[in-house]
Amino acid sequence: MIWLGIETSNSPLSIAIVKDGQVLAEIVQNNKLTHSVTAMPTIEEVFKKAKLNPSDIDAIAVAQGPGSYTGIRIGVTIAKTLAWTMKKPLVGISSLKTLAANVKIFNGLICPIFDARRQNVYAGVYKGKELETVLEDQHLSLEDLLMEIKKQDEPVVFIGLDVDKFKEDIIAQLGNQANFAPYSYQLPRAGSMIELAEKEQLLSVNEVHTFVPKYHRIAQAEATWIKEQKKGHE
Amino acid sequence: MSERLILAIETSCDETAAAIIRNGSEIVSNVVSSQIESQKRFGGVVPEIASRHHVEQITIVIEEALAKANMQPSDLDAVAVTEGPGLVGALLIGINAAKAFAFANGLPIVGVHHIAGHIYANALVQEMQFPLLALVVSGGHTELVLMREHGSFEVIGETRDDAAGEAYDKVARVLNMPYPGGPHIDRMAHEATAAVEFPRAWLEDSYDFSFSGLKSAVINYKHNMDQRGEEIIPEQVAKGFQDSVVEVLTTKTLRAAKEFNVKQVIAAGGVSANKGLRTSLEEVFEKEGIEFTVPPLKFCTDNAAMIGAAATYMYDAGVRGNLAMNGLPGKELTSWSK
Repeated sequence: MIWLGIETSNSPLSIAIVKDGQVLAEIVQNNKLTHSVTAMPTIEEVFKKAKLNPSDIDAIAVAQGPGSYTGIRIGVTIAKTLAWTMKKPLVGISSLKTLAANVKIFNGLICPIFDARRQNVYAGVYKGKELETVLEDQHLSLEDLLMEIKKQDEPVVFIGLDVDKFKEDIIAQLGNQANFAPYSYQLPRAGSMIELAEKEQLLSVNEVHTFVPKYHRIAQAEATWIKEQKKGHE
Repeated sequence: MSERLILAIETSCDETAAAIIRNGSEIVSNVVSSQIESQKRFGGVVPEIASRHHVEQITIVIEEALAKANMQPSDLDAVAVTEGPGLVGALLIGINAAKAFAFANGLPIVGVHHIAGHIYANALVQEMQFPLLALVVSGGHTELVLMREHGSFEVIGETRDDAAGEAYDKVARVLNMPYPGGPHIDRMAHEATAAVEFPRAWLEDSYDFSFSGLKSAVINYKHNMDQRGEEIIPEQVAKGFQDSVVEVLTTKTLRAAKEFNVKQVIAAGGVSANKGLRTSLEEVFEKEGIEFTVPPLKFCTDNAAMIGAAATYMYDAGVRGNLAMNGLPGKELTSWSK
């Protein structure tokens, strides 16, 4: 079984090809170049490194969000187009869980974080080697997230490039409960994502058409519109 | 020349579109999925909403274009996609889908300028004759483009502020018409027997346009009438506004057509669906004996067939994109080169 993995949900980019539980080739980079320019050439490069052709793969895994709206859409668009035109199954994996997989040997809670601005974050809380869900991926305030974690009363490791921005607040709230992943663990790896995808159900080709990002947040204009509709009904 | 089949994709604004074009002129299939119903809620196109809809629709639309043509990817010679201008997040969906499709199927890719597409919509109707003058009018553009041959574009005039279509939408809002407002203004103008007089921005000695003064004049007129407690007659306002837009567009296009001694004048873009504008242009160019063409209504608004038509001429000229192609929201209309 040969997998192609695509991760473009935030500024880092990662592409990997895994064959029967072995990473044949993987690229991880964080050079702030736009995924729209770099994703497809990197996919081409990974195929070359793995000495494979596009049609050789059996399934595709993609980071489905949350993250940068544009970033997730680029990965999802590429993944669903490849899956549809080559008639290959597709699996979407949480971008947060993908990052959590980097530290799954940590004995305690794992909390991947992406900055969602104005002291809000996208985050989830996972636990153990199987990365069981303690707190579902969601968009919430940092304050609420830290409250939730405090309740758990277990050591927690924070991971993600944005964690630094919140470090002071985290320590103030959690003190010794909080641990921080070293910098070399901060980038998502498409190889780890494929490892997660292998345990998931494959989407059929028809389901590929309706596959969309998990933004975990409705668009601002839509939120405003819904609010106005509610007002109108009152 | 041998047969060329091109799959074209267009996602520059709020239509997700795909088409298959044979030899640059024959439409084998043409699919457009519009977001108007969704975007209506917001009174205009919200970029983030547009991008979300494109991701939902993109593979469905491409598959439908192939299915309607009864074709497989292996039947195609190239993939074409709108590179810009447009909404960047929207463009990126079409571009990345096109690149992924091209990579998976081993096809060359051609990036097309959206306005070149609008102009080449006419190639779907008849062969283009040079020198040619194109009046491009849409929600985002008002341009006079001179073409001396295929792939050669000289923008001789453009709007200095609002695009004509933008002014239409704003005036429609003043008259409480739903988005998109252009067709409503056109209809109301035809129902009116008299018109409110509004100014014309001539910008002497230039082929440039300006519609913001006219837009303000309409807003001020409504405001003054409101203050005096008088009711406006929306049809007469619509007619006054449309008369001004149409007269300026027609007069400048005619003057340019004569100066550059063109063989053909074409109208392109969403606003060229406007009946008032079509009729006016048809009348003056018939009188002048200059050939005037405007594509059928469905090829005036955004579609992928026009992108496929332009792409075929680019493909023949050896123009090729690559997997590093990006969305270019402010892309300028320049002549093709290899």
